[in-house]
Amino acid sequence: MIPAAVGYVRADSTEEAVAALREHGDEAKLLAGGQSLIPLMRLRLARPGLLVDMGRADDLRGISVDGDTVSIGALTSHSDLEHSAELAEVCPLLAHVASQIGDPAVRHRGTLGGSLVHADPASDLPAAVLALGGTLVATGPDGSREIEVSDFFTGFLESALAADEVLIAVRIPISTGGWSYQKFNRRAQDWAIVGVAVAESGAGVSLVNMGSTPLRASAVEAAVAGGAGVSDAASVAADGTEPPSDNNADASYREHLARVLTERALVDAGA
Amino acid sequence: MTVTDTPFAGGVVGEARLRKEDPALLTGEAKFIDDLELPGALWVACVRSPHAHARINGIDTSDALAVDGVIAVYTGTDLADTWAAPLPCAWPVTDDMKNPDHFPVAQGKANYAGDIVAVVVATSRYAAADGLEGVVVDYEPLDAVVSVEDAESDRVVIHEDLGTNVSYEWPLIPDPEGVDAAFEAATHHVTETYVHQRLIPAPMEPRGVAVVPAPHNGDMTLYSSTQIPHVLKVMAALTLGVPEQKLRVIAPSVGGGFGCKLNVYAEEILCMALAQRHGVPVRWTESRTEAAGSTIQGRAQRQTIELASDADGKLTAVRATLLADMGAYLQLVAPGVPLLGAFLYHGLYDVPFYSFTCKSVFTNLTPTDAYRGAGRPEATYAIERAMDALAVAVGVGTDEIRSRNFIPTEKFPYDSPAGLVFDSGDYQPALDRAKELIGWDTRMAEQAERRAAGSTTHLGLGISTYVEMCGLAPSRVLASLNYAAGGWESATVRILPTCKIQVVTGASPHGQGHETCWSMIVADRLGVDPDDVEVLHSDTAISPLGMDTYGSRSLSVGGTAIWMATEKVVEKAATIAAHMLEANPEDLELTGGVFSVKGSPEAEVPLAGVAFAAFTAHDLPDGVEPNLEAQVTWDPPNFTFPFGAHIALVEIDEATGAVDLVDYAACDDCGNQINPMIVEGQLHGGIVQGIAQALWEEAIYDEDGQCRSANLADYLVPSAAECIDMKLDHTVTPSPTNPMGVKGIGEAGTIASTAAVMNAVVDALRPLGVTEMAMPASPMAVRRAIEAAGGGAS
Repeated sequence: MIPAAVGYVRADSTEEAVAALREHGDEAKLLAGGQSLIPLMRLRLARPGLLVDMGRADDLRGISVDGDTVSIGALTSHSDLEHSAELAEVCPLLAHVASQIGDPAVRHRGTLGGSLVHADPASDLPAAVLALGGTLVATGPDGSREIEVSDFFTGFLESALAADEVLIAVRIPISTGGWSYQKFNRRAQDWAIVGVAVAESGAGVSLVNMGSTPLRASAVEAAVAGGAGVSDAASVAADGTEPPSDNNADASYREHLARVLTERALVDAGA
Repeated sequence: MTVTDTPFAGGVVGEARLRKEDPALLTGEAKFIDDLELPGALWVACVRSPHAHARINGIDTSDALAVDGVIAVYTGTDLADTWAAPLPCAWPVTDDMKNPDHFPVAQGKANYAGDIVAVVVATSRYAAADGLEGVVVDYEPLDAVVSVEDAESDRVVIHEDLGTNVSYEWPLIPDPEGVDAAFEAATHHVTETYVHQRLIPAPMEPRGVAVVPAPHNGDMTLYSSTQIPHVLKVMAALTLGVPEQKLRVIAPSVGGGFGCKLNVYAEEILCMALAQRHGVPVRWTESRTEAAGSTIQGRAQRQTIELASDADGKLTAVRATLLADMGAYLQLVAPGVPLLGAFLYHGLYDVPFYSFTCKSVFTNLTPTDAYRGAGRPEATYAIERAMDALAVAVGVGTDEIRSRNFIPTEKFPYDSPAGLVFDSGDYQPALDRAKELIGWDTRMAEQAERRAAGSTTHLGLGISTYVEMCGLAPSRVLASLNYAAGGWESATVRILPTCKIQVVTGASPHGQGHETCWSMIVADRLGVDPDDVEVLHSDTAISPLGMDTYGSRSLSVGGTAIWMATEKVVEKAATIAAHMLEANPEDLELTGGVFSVKGSPEAEVPLAGVAFAAFTAHDLPDGVEPNLEAQVTWDPPNFTFPFGAHIALVEIDEATGAVDLVDYAACDDCGNQINPMIVEGQLHGGIVQGIAQALWEEAIYDEDGQCRSANLADYLVPSAAECIDMKLDHTVTPSPTNPMGVKGIGEAGTIASTAAVMNAVVDALRPLGVTEMAMPASPMAVRRAIEAAGGGAS
């Protein structure tokens, strides 16, 4: 568990981070809470030449509500999401999902932006943000741009972010309609074997760990929108997915779980 | 427990005192191996075979040697002349047991993924890790033997010179004709097969080794995160050829062991050899992933158990047949682990005829050895699961089938059909109390209601009653089992001039709370504050004699030695006090730290006065030596036999297969208790460890012998979040084996709980047509079983 030698610079602002990424190219890796990157480095599965540590860029941390949009800084920790009274009011799904991640130590270190950019299909927050919809704000050498959440996850551990771009904020619509998050795992601290997030009584439905990226359950959303009953809507939850097989679940069991959990989530969300 | 029932003085014994060890452990003041500061130490990193079975055709170390900070790289061939003997196996259970040579660094062939094939020595931990990547090994992968069945077939013989994968066969069949006749005459004949998956021990602190040599005078100090500094000293001296008097072994704070640190490991001997070679300190700290492959694993056996009973379900014979997985080599006590269960496959039931046979085989997997319970959880699991099957066959309740078969209280001491003498027991009250704690009747009614209502969340109740043999062990019994050492324990009690107490124990605590308990035993007798008693241990220079900590032996063997040493020192103090009081020693009594003459309470002298008089030696009786110190070595006449009843209540979600542990109750009997809080703590941890085997933990290997669960994300050790409040109570049936009437409790929880949970799981699933579940009962496995039985909501 001894990482290879690595360079280190601290970036206290987005501009400094972008400049460092630009200067060092593929060698450089952005460090936020380190909950995914550091374990990979300790196993020597990741060997960046340079860590650009954004951990102290405080302007990227915080939750604010403007009209019907919630803006969340990319470095806001899971724990901050979990304990924010404001978020619990305007977007209870996101606050709850954050409370289901890992353990308290992970939630204190891990960040919303880090989780989204890592784009792990087994992570909780990407799926929650997918169900909620909204946009992600990225800054690069040419300034900022907004990326639709539904366009963000492009492949296994890959996002639409360019190598020299930094995710700075997440903007999601206020969402107080019926919601649910069904996380199925064997221990509280584990990744979901399968997870289902439902926002706005089934208008937004997404799946955790059912493919190579966080997934929207479009077939379920369409069925709900078309007035299908809960069981009928849930029965298509696994349609078009290619879930992985691992120690805990093979693909067909995951498909089964996706249907069971989607039905429970829809019921729970009052769909 | 009332004072009048006990041999204790009515002082602190029996109090739920907080552990005196904890402030240092909880604040980080306690020093573990990796905390040791050893200036100039070289770091060792082990090149481990990624293949389960491979010929080593060559090793190129040139790139590694070019890494900045790398001092040397050694292969097995380079070190071949270093060893005086192979790594030890101290338990040749049969005269013809096959035991392959096992050296710290493999030569020619790697026999499991994790086998050390070369070693890098560097000036820092980082340089050593970088050096690892520069060692290029030319492996020729061979077919791997992964299952015990494949091993038994000898399709691939792992150790060619042995000619077979079978290490030994060990039968215990006192009356073969009687067994056969009983099965022929039986009304009910139940045959069950169970598999104990491999478990990866996961103490909070992985292993670590540091060796400090003194090249000029030949001394060597071995620091190791071990349970057995004393045994290790002897074995290390023999294996490396170091003069034993020059060797000191220290186990600093040790963060748990559960049996996996009851061993003599390659890295210990290797670091000693390298320290000797380089003349400077050498150290190694195991990583968690490394631990998953290179530290011993537990369980790993296939069992067939047959029960014969009459029409009423009264047992007439038990026959158990094991196929046990030793892994690639025989570690320190591995062959004996099945034998520690061999006597207990009839559980706590009165059975006239008994048959046990174990065949043990080599596989291309990490070596196995003792893991919390060692043989007894396996035995308890087999008989307790099979008793449920018998209950179904006979058509009686799982509680009733047990009550009909318990050894009657009046039969104690009980001559068991396997040849042991169970010291004391009273089994029915423990089961009654556990049923009361769980609310048996209410829960049964609730289960029936749910079943009638067609609920898809199924309740299951599972009982596991157990008796185990612990307090290892009478040396003569160990001799009869071919064990290469004894089972005694040593203690010294020393009353210092200021009447503070030093206790030296040969037990080697690594989380159990011995310092607290030993202090309480001595303080109770001497009438001093337990905080005035210091317990010294785990350093062979301070505690030269000992047999260490495992097998729930420390209290009943080590604690008894302390009790007796305390008595001996009191006897000497009484002689001096009598001289001071001009009385006869036999007329004195020591109460509350004061010697007084029976019947003349005004004539008294405090122990403190006696201690100082013993120190000044100005006026001692003729023939009495100065100072108050006594040493005792205690060899127990028998094992102790704790027992109890555990009941688990689970709820199974038919749609997902998820098993939820809803409630757990246990009534255990470990005889007299020194510190009930520590007893409860041992039970809490032990029970969860056993539940973990039932529901979560499994070393998963693929067909190539690669471990697919080599980290704590994939190997599911439960956390506090998975635990529930348990309802615990106890009965007290003192052991006649030792003067304190104590039995062991370190392993009891683990021994009992696995079967309770699995019986509950099967009980819940039975209406769905499921009659057996393998461990662990993962959600997918449960769901698949429901589907296979043709049931289950989708």
